[in-house]
Amino acid sequence: MSGPTPAKVRLTRAVEFSASLRYWRPELPAAENERLFGRCASRHGHNYRLEVTLCGEPDPASGMVLDLKELKDLLEREVVARFDHRDLNADTPFFEKLPPTPEHFALVLFRLLRAALPAGLLERVRLHEDADTFADVIEDAGAP
Amino acid sequence: MISLTRRYRFPAAHVLRRGDWSEDENVRVYGKCAHRNGHGHDYGIELTVTGPLDPTSGRVLDPARLDALVRERVLERFSHRMLNEDPLFERLVPTAENLALAIQRELAEPLARAGTARLLNVRVVETPRNTFDTGEPR
Repeated sequence: MSGPTPAKVRLTRAVEFSASLRYWRPELPAAENERLFGRCASRHGHNYRLEVTLCGEPDPASGMVLDLKELKDLLEREVVARFDHRDLNADTPFFEKLPPTPEHFALVLFRLLRAALPAGLLERVRLHEDADTFADVIEDAGAP
Repeated sequence: MISLTRRYRFPAAHVLRRGDWSEDENVRVYGKCAHRNGHGHDYGIELTVTGPLDPTSGRVLDPARLDALVRERVLERFSHRMLNEDPLFERLVPTAENLALAIQRELAEPLARAGTARLLNVRVVETPRNTFDTGEPR
């Protein structure tokens, strides 16, 4: 007889970091950036909170979806080391074509984490920009 | 799928009772929420919109547009008001469920007209312990 069907479990870990940014497309003149992006075209900053949700079957030996220490180190390497106390425009290569809106930044983070994590584990990233705004990127059939 | 969620809040009064029910029936169904003179909450509203990223702005929806729409259709209508006096609730008890569905109906169509984003979820936070969602679980 086979054992019970393995059940999937969701695991969410949060990480916080702070960064400066502006919404700015370098190929456009300053006035056009200011028209397009308003106040966000000026340098400002956020205390970001990123929630990373993995979904998978717990390893039958360890009982874990992923070792939390491994996840912690991975988030440190992929997220904190890249973005914490950095300028998103000047210090990272991700925002030259599209500005670091919470939606776009969440997509950048989703792609970095999906590439770094074991295949199929990443289900969602939720990026809180401030107390009243967050963006989700969810793995689905039409995944970006 | 990419989505953006914004939180808003407004204080409002309501009472849960039906004119076609007896006092006993109202109290049996709605308990203290049926108290004749009403009560109020600091309602939290979380709106989630989804759609493609605009290739110029990098957004699913200009948040200023969403803010303006919410101000016009929700906040000016319900903030510092007695919900039962709104025409929407003339024949509908203003439970948080009905409020969430009413906000969904008020916003879904104008949002769809505003661009490529669509309203995925309306969350009403009536108290820190009671939350109501119109969309699928996420």
